[in-house]
Amino acid sequence: MTNCPTLIVTVGLPARGKTYISKKLTRYLNWIGVPTKEFNVGDYRRECLKIYKSFEFFRPDNEEGVKIRRQCAMSALNDVRQYLSVEGGQVAVFDATNTTRDRRGTIMKFAEQNGFKVFFVESVCEDPEVIAQNIVQVKLENPDYMNCSSEEAIEDFMERIKCYETSYQPLDEDLDSDVSYIKIMDVGRRYLVNRVVDHIQSRIVYYLMNIHITPRSIYLCRHGESDLNIKGRIGGDSGLSGRGKEFAKRLRNFLEEQNIKDLKIWTSQMKRTIQTAECLGVPYEQWKSLNEIDAGVCEEMMYEEIQEHFPLEFALRDQDKYRYRYPKGESYEDLVQRLEPVIMELERQENVLVICHQAIMRCLLAYFLDKTSHELPYLKCPLHTVLKLTPVAYGCKVESVYLGVESVNTHRDRPENVNVQRSTEDALQTVPAHL
Amino acid sequence: ACASAALKDVAAYFTKEYGQVAVFDATNTTRERRAVINSFAKERGYKVFFVESICDDPEIITENIKQVKFGSPDYIDRDIEEAMTDFVQRIECYKASYTSIDDEKDRKLSYIKIFDVGSRYLVNQVQDHIQSRIVYYLMNIHVTPRSIYLSRHGESELNLLGRIGGDSGLSPRGLKYADALAVFIRDQQIKDLKVWTSHMKRTIQTAEALGVQYEQWKALNEIDAGVCEELTYEEIQENFPEEFAMRDQEKYRYRYPKGESYEDLVHRLEPVIMELERQENVLVICHQAIMRCLIAYFLDKPADELPYLRCPLHTVLKLTPVAYGCKVESFFLNIEAVNTHREKPTNVTISRKSDEALQTVPKHN
Repeated sequence: MTNCPTLIVTVGLPARGKTYISKKLTRYLNWIGVPTKEFNVGDYRRECLKIYKSFEFFRPDNEEGVKIRRQCAMSALNDVRQYLSVEGGQVAVFDATNTTRDRRGTIMKFAEQNGFKVFFVESVCEDPEVIAQNIVQVKLENPDYMNCSSEEAIEDFMERIKCYETSYQPLDEDLDSDVSYIKIMDVGRRYLVNRVVDHIQSRIVYYLMNIHITPRSIYLCRHGESDLNIKGRIGGDSGLSGRGKEFAKRLRNFLEEQNIKDLKIWTSQMKRTIQTAECLGVPYEQWKSLNEIDAGVCEEMMYEEIQEHFPLEFALRDQDKYRYRYPKGESYEDLVQRLEPVIMELERQENVLVICHQAIMRCLLAYFLDKTSHELPYLKCPLHTVLKLTPVAYGCKVESVYLGVESVNTHRDRPENVNVQRSTEDALQTVPAHL
Repeated sequence: ACASAALKDVAAYFTKEYGQVAVFDATNTTRERRAVINSFAKERGYKVFFVESICDDPEIITENIKQVKFGSPDYIDRDIEEAMTDFVQRIECYKASYTSIDDEKDRKLSYIKIFDVGSRYLVNQVQDHIQSRIVYYLMNIHVTPRSIYLSRHGESELNLLGRIGGDSGLSPRGLKYADALAVFIRDQQIKDLKVWTSHMKRTIQTAEALGVQYEQWKALNEIDAGVCEELTYEEIQENFPEEFAMRDQEKYRYRYPKGESYEDLVHRLEPVIMELERQENVLVICHQAIMRCLIAYFLDKPADELPYLRCPLHTVLKLTPVAYGCKVESFFLNIEAVNTHREKPTNVTISRKSDEALQTVPKHN
């Protein structure tokens, strides 16, 4: 996408969501295939200091504190250089307050020397409720406050914020007019975007402008068991089996019990997800992008048949399941690309139920749970099980609800032998049972 | 009074013509005027999104006036200097009463402010998906002069056989075209040209002859003809006569069984269009259906014309944005090729005869 690496630099007072944004952005970029890593200077400080005593460490007149904090920032920048210049990283997210123009100048110099582009992400927020909620959600669990009561922690943290306030120089429209940045105000109510210079920065801006922190849940499930599922055949466009229909009914009950506010329901354009949604008795939206992975020449085959007709392809797939593309079909890597607009819209939405397919669900789950491309194609997404994802702190709480209707297992683990000369038996070692 | 008339037409567009978005283009430089528009919208249940453009760079404004105002009906009978003076004074008339959208007073409004042709943006209270897409689009367009070159791959082996789709290599004439394209590109002397192809052999082989770096996009792959892949039209008529007729009835929305429709193509080409907007000089080596979709975007062709746009082999289209549209120059590189353009036949009913269905099929081996 870009030729030179990009250094994203957060800016803002404590408890403004910088780490939340850093982690989320890192997860998104990695998912779409841009190698990204975050570098939290606070972590470096904790490594260096071992024991956090109080906010006094952050006082601007604390010489020892200032020195250590500067060293930590330098150490983090060194690791950034290592990641971007030596380890093949594409984007590094430098997560710290970076509240003075001087500090930002140092970083820009560092970037220029190393041939990195810089993009600042500033979060500005004066809403006391948001800040308080922030502190409760992520600071109280922080190692810094392990041994304090909640009140003590909150009090200390508010003092910590004050230490930064006097010297805070927000990005300025005039003084910083040559700098590339986005200023996020009041958790996304307003944005100021300056000098976006390339594709990756444009995508980052688009993403940051679509995320929100309103509490909500995302429900993921597959269609009910299908006729082809029972026969152990992949792909195709078959209808639900008897048990699949039963699942759809139970899904309806489950949703009613959950009592979800303004739930949106999405399906693919394939019969089995549509039939599942039909049973719910509410409007739903069909997305072609949610269609199951296209298995090309292997569509509607059983694994035994794939082994018989395309043993080489079958082995190649086991060797690199993420990147492998079925002849005349798709790869998991292709899926991620076509699911990106779905993810973007999921970020914008609030409560959503997505009724989809095995490979699709694996991709969506990998995004929410930050799974690597190695793990993604092997994530377990059994039929008749709803996953409820609720964003909390820096991640996602996952609740798995099996709705009690029997079904076939469609999960094929990676076999031990992935050699192209392997025997048929070795190839079919992990194929789940079917009719 | 003119503004009211326009607003009435907006209302009619939404209620009677099922329009989804109306773009109300005027100066709207006073808070009063914007309040009138807001009330109008609120009464009828429309969402409002303001797009304000602020620019004080005299060079840009002069260029603007030259490019679009001189061609305007307002200045048809004036000479250039007269027109320039008159227009500059027109701007002065507005300046005195201009109240930009105010970040404090207008904090409840949804808007984007574009400063200096995109160097800076202020975005406030984006309410929904369509506003988010509009903001993304506006933040990606630019006015830097450049050209976009569109071409299909050189003639392929399957083209010669009159077969659709597939992933064949170039025919001997196709290879000749690739060389001719290389010469053409060199002669055009294009600054920093980016070259894009699909993931299919025939576009890649074409690009290879250029001897420069190129980027492959899966999104540029030809339309997937599903069960009709690699068939001739005669074979489609023989095996799927009903599908063939339905396609002729509504070529834009028709989806091949296990394949795609033109409508699907537009959806998958949107990121390509977005990136084309960001880029400067680009050569896109693609396929017939793909090229039709891209041209329809640049030349504002509606859905019913799109699937019948002419995109012959061995012809480069050079698109250069100018004023409010696109200048188009067509270059046939003088290498013969089969014709792959099938017009809509006269009879599109399901009960039609074979020869009626095959009336417009171009010749092939």
